[in-house]
Amino acid sequence: MQIQEISAHPGPVAGQGTQRAPQVCKYIDVTTCIGCKACEVACVEWNDYPFRETTFNNTYQTMPSTEWNYWNLIKFVEHEQDGNFMWLMRKDQCMHCEDPGCLRACPADGAIIKYQNGIVDFEQENCIGCGYCISGCPFDIPKFNPHTKKVFKCTLCSDRVSEGLEPACIKACPTGCLHFGTKEDMVQIAHSRAHQLKTQSGFANAGVYDPQSIGGTHVIYVLHDITRPEIYSGLPANPVIPPSYTYWKWIAKPAALVMAGLGVLAVFFHRITYGPKLPERETEELVTEHPDEVDAGRKEKP
Amino acid sequence: MSGSVERFDEKARAAFAHRGRTVVRRGELLRHPVYTRVLHWTVAIFFVLALLSGFAIYSPWLYRWLTPLFGGGPRTRFLHPWFSLAFTIAFAFQFVNWLRPMRWTPNDSRWMRRIRAYVTNSEKSEPRDVGFFNAGQKIYFWLLGFGLVFLLITGFLMWFDDLTPRWFVAISYVVHDIAALALLAGFIIHIYESTAQQPGTFHSMIDGTVTDDWARSHHPAWYEEVTGERRQRENESE
Repeated sequence: MQIQEISAHPGPVAGQGTQRAPQVCKYIDVTTCIGCKACEVACVEWNDYPFRETTFNNTYQTMPSTEWNYWNLIKFVEHEQDGNFMWLMRKDQCMHCEDPGCLRACPADGAIIKYQNGIVDFEQENCIGCGYCISGCPFDIPKFNPHTKKVFKCTLCSDRVSEGLEPACIKACPTGCLHFGTKEDMVQIAHSRAHQLKTQSGFANAGVYDPQSIGGTHVIYVLHDITRPEIYSGLPANPVIPPSYTYWKWIAKPAALVMAGLGVLAVFFHRITYGPKLPERETEELVTEHPDEVDAGRKEKP
Repeated sequence: MSGSVERFDEKARAAFAHRGRTVVRRGELLRHPVYTRVLHWTVAIFFVLALLSGFAIYSPWLYRWLTPLFGGGPRTRFLHPWFSLAFTIAFAFQFVNWLRPMRWTPNDSRWMRRIRAYVTNSEKSEPRDVGFFNAGQKIYFWLLGFGLVFLLITGFLMWFDDLTPRWFVAISYVVHDIAALALLAGFIIHIYESTAQQPGTFHSMIDGTVTDDWARSHHPAWYEEVTGERRQRENESE
């Protein structure tokens, strides 16, 4: 897979734009998910992590949030609307943003990579464990491993996709609520499904979640109610990257660095221009013994 | 400053003076005793380490240059908060040590109004009322003090980033940068003024002494104070 962007990388990215790559996308139909958790198991199996301890907090959810070695989690929400009960089961994982906040925030050269096909991947050997990506992510996805001091998240199975396979979660899904293909195709299927929900199933607000505030995502949802994504366990309606990692990092910080460099030059040329402040000797001594040291440009003491 | 803190400072000063040594020759004055010098250089060493390890992570344009100094990116990231904590602790002692001479006075406000003359070297010696520290030095001292408070708070929020929401961490990131840049600006001026710009000043932080001429030119009020005391002592002994 060709690399499109590298975190904290000054200068051009080798190979950028040398190949046309189809934009990949995972499409999740939240309305047909049955919460079987086959995708969770497939994810852990493919990525070869041991099962971690689960946490029971009075829901069917495996644990409260994704973890460094548990990248795929179905969020179970018991939702009541117009006196009716609804299960909202949203498969939570990395959204693979077109404009990734984690990559913008990362200060380590090469720790986060965005491929030409849209996959955002972490390179743990370059990760310094500062956790900026965690605060840069609008979806609270990157997770810190306190033992190795590295951050992990869903790779969209970049290792499988590069070999022409679909991600492990897609392969495991028994209901067909998970799809994988080009972004174009997935958006089209998602919209036709949303249309179907509107016209045939009575979900007037059904729609596709592909937030444009971060340039769209490479994981899209079809929701029963696109006007209130927050009810799906806090899916943000308008995900944004904090300006600290955009304007500040790429405009103000380099500008400040240039100013610091100019400051060093300034003191150097100040020394050349104005000379040093030499301790002044007793006036009479100065005049009588070293008359040649008197600076003509300076006022002498009366 | 509370009495016990002051007493601790006095004790430390005496202990260092007892073990260390400052040779004051004829025509020289004691400016920085051993304790002050040890504190200053402890602060300086950890400040530089914190600065370099921080600026390694500050910008992609510095990352590849500065991280090798500390053994790579992860090690730099690991060391930075510890360097900074050491700097903070050392500065706390220095703060106590210098709090009294660093107090801002109306003379200092007057000094600031004629800063142009100071910067352009257009007056041969300092105004008669400049004491142990001039207003510029005091500003750098208080800049470090207040800057450190901001750096410490934002640094902790970034270090333990799961304590606060992500927006806090994102804002901390900016505040931390601004405080660090302000300190860097002060640091550049500090080094320049104390070495190339004013010969004899660097010596005072190494061997602890300055010449009478230096003291009279740069800190006249302090010179009058100490030489007045000296004259008094000499008169008394005679």
